Amino acid sequence: MDFRLNDEQEMIRSAVRELALNDIEPIAKEIDAESRHPAETIKKFAEMGIMGMMVSEEYGGSGSDAISYAIAVEEISRVCGSTGIIVSVNNSLACYPIEKFGTDDQKNKFLTPLASGAKLGAFGLTEPSAGTDAGSQRTVAQKEDGHYIINGSKIFITNGPVADTLVIFAMTDKSAGMRGITAFIIEKGMPGFSIGTEEDKLGIRGSQTGELVFQNLIVPEENRLWDEGRGFSIAMQTLDCGRIGVAAQALGIAQGALDRSVQYAKERVQFGKPIGKFQAISFMLADMETRVQAARYLVYSAAFAKDNQKKYSKEAAMAKLYAAETAMDITTKAIQIHGGYGYTKDYPVERYFRDAKITEIYEGTSEVMKMVISRALGL
Amino acid sequence: MNIIVCMKQVPDTTDVKIDPKTGTLIREGVPSIVNPDDKHAIEESLRLKEKFGGTVTVVSMGPPQAIDALKEVYAMGVDDTILLSDRAFAGADTWATSYTLGMGIKALGEYDLIFCGLQAIDGDTAQIGPQLAEFLDIPQVTYVKKVNIEGNELTVVRALEDGHMTVKVPMPALLTAVKELNRPRYPTMGGIIKAYREHETKVWSASDIEAEPANIGLEGSPTQVKRTFAPEPRGKVEIIEGDSAAEMVSGLVDKLKEKNVVR
Repeated sequence: MDFRLNDEQEMIRSAVRELALNDIEPIAKEIDAESRHPAETIKKFAEMGIMGMMVSEEYGGSGSDAISYAIAVEEISRVCGSTGIIVSVNNSLACYPIEKFGTDDQKNKFLTPLASGAKLGAFGLTEPSAGTDAGSQRTVAQKEDGHYIINGSKIFITNGPVADTLVIFAMTDKSAGMRGITAFIIEKGMPGFSIGTEEDKLGIRGSQTGELVFQNLIVPEENRLWDEGRGFSIAMQTLDCGRIGVAAQALGIAQGALDRSVQYAKERVQFGKPIGKFQAISFMLADMETRVQAARYLVYSAAFAKDNQKKYSKEAAMAKLYAAETAMDITTKAIQIHGGYGYTKDYPVERYFRDAKITEIYEGTSEVMKMVISRALGL
Repeated sequence: MNIIVCMKQVPDTTDVKIDPKTGTLIREGVPSIVNPDDKHAIEESLRLKEKFGGTVTVVSMGPPQAIDALKEVYAMGVDDTILLSDRAFAGADTWATSYTLGMGIKALGEYDLIFCGLQAIDGDTAQIGPQLAEFLDIPQVTYVKKVNIEGNELTVVRALEDGHMTVKVPMPALLTAVKELNRPRYPTMGGIIKAYREHETKVWSASDIEAEPANIGLEGSPTQVKRTFAPEPRGKVEIIEGDSAAEMVSGLVDKLKEKNVVR
């Protein structure tokens, strides 16, 4: 068992880190303050092949392993949590289901532009009455000759307001419960599809989050992803991949906050010496470093499981659960170490603190993660 | 257009510290990087290739570990990478290095352009480009900050201390790049993966390039670096006094004007 990253993974880390420091960090505060989508950064990601990292070259992707993907999301989130989730959603929630469940025609038409970064993706599962209870969908898809008519709405959709291609879910058979849910690929501009409320959030404010509204949206049959009734299965498998992305985002947020805290502890002088020389602070940082490293190994082992096992739901759930809680812990302590300054917008740690919280909630709350893990234990 | 770029793997001297006892660079634990000026040369070459077609080949003289730097530039999009590596090349000064690179380039065949970075951040001599051009007997322009090719005509803008100079150059020619030339692209994810899984850097020894033993390495070096050190700071400190920040700033500006640092 080799705990080291290989040279390819190390180079991916250093290339993404360089991009992050040069191009993402300088605008991180601004996109948070203005709730602005960083289109110029997405363009650079597209050029670098980051938007479809794990997708095969045949469909415009980079063909990387999952650990490299986790590293990329981590390094981006280390400077900007908002930008990190934009990349994660495109890769895990849009590219992944189409590559795994799509026909060759669907892959050519929809996957290649998403993987190459020419188009931006989103995933529409959550509804006002269907969050953790994702199976209780109200959006319906009525089948007529050669097409489906979709009515309903989705909320809290990351990238929703700016996405070109979306994987959404609707009930084709209300009597069948979870087995009556079907997945569809829709595109911005289709008549009957509009964006509703855009959320005003606590954190990840550079990430656009909004409501999708379907009013007699006509979707051709060839846009249906896999078979009718397979939607819930697609959603659950897709979320396993998504959880690796979110876990990597949380890890990056934690690492970024830790970086700042170590730096501050070396610079801030009180009682004649840097505060890092006091054990109250150095011991706190020692605990933080240990926790972040533990989270890191859970994230990488989940990524490794994805590439080497048929099912990796438990590993992905553990990684997300632990990394999200770690991000909360580290960012809270980061503000504490910074003291009063940390509570102001002059220092970035308050942004990391606000960004961390959502990682305990989206793509499956920490409670859902515990359900997945305990089920894997046979309970 | 066939372009050859010379590249050097160097220690990242922005991070490097000086040993207080010996005054020399502490090289341990310092990461190795692609020399920054060389990246600008590579970027420009890739842009020319995108415009005119052709190939970009990167050549480097160095120890086996320099293959990592060559992989990085392969991931930027160059077509081929060559490492000139041999125990006999060790201890070379810029003269022997230019000879070695020149022999390597001769072994590669035809080219339209040779591009080098202005200087390496560890040696800082800026001698390789000019010496290489002389060895290959081709025209050279250094401090290039803009390149324009129309038809078969190459025109470059050369940065001077107090302005610039536009020069028309017949090809094949050698150019050395300054950082104002362009902003180098990042390696791509797909490029990095290919660099590690598919691409092989060709490694050539002294005999592969038919280099004369007397002209390479320590033996072929007319100069030797005896000592590198940080000089003792000289000059005295002058404190600018004043009753207010504004007054002190005004005093500082006057001093800077005196020394012609600002106008």
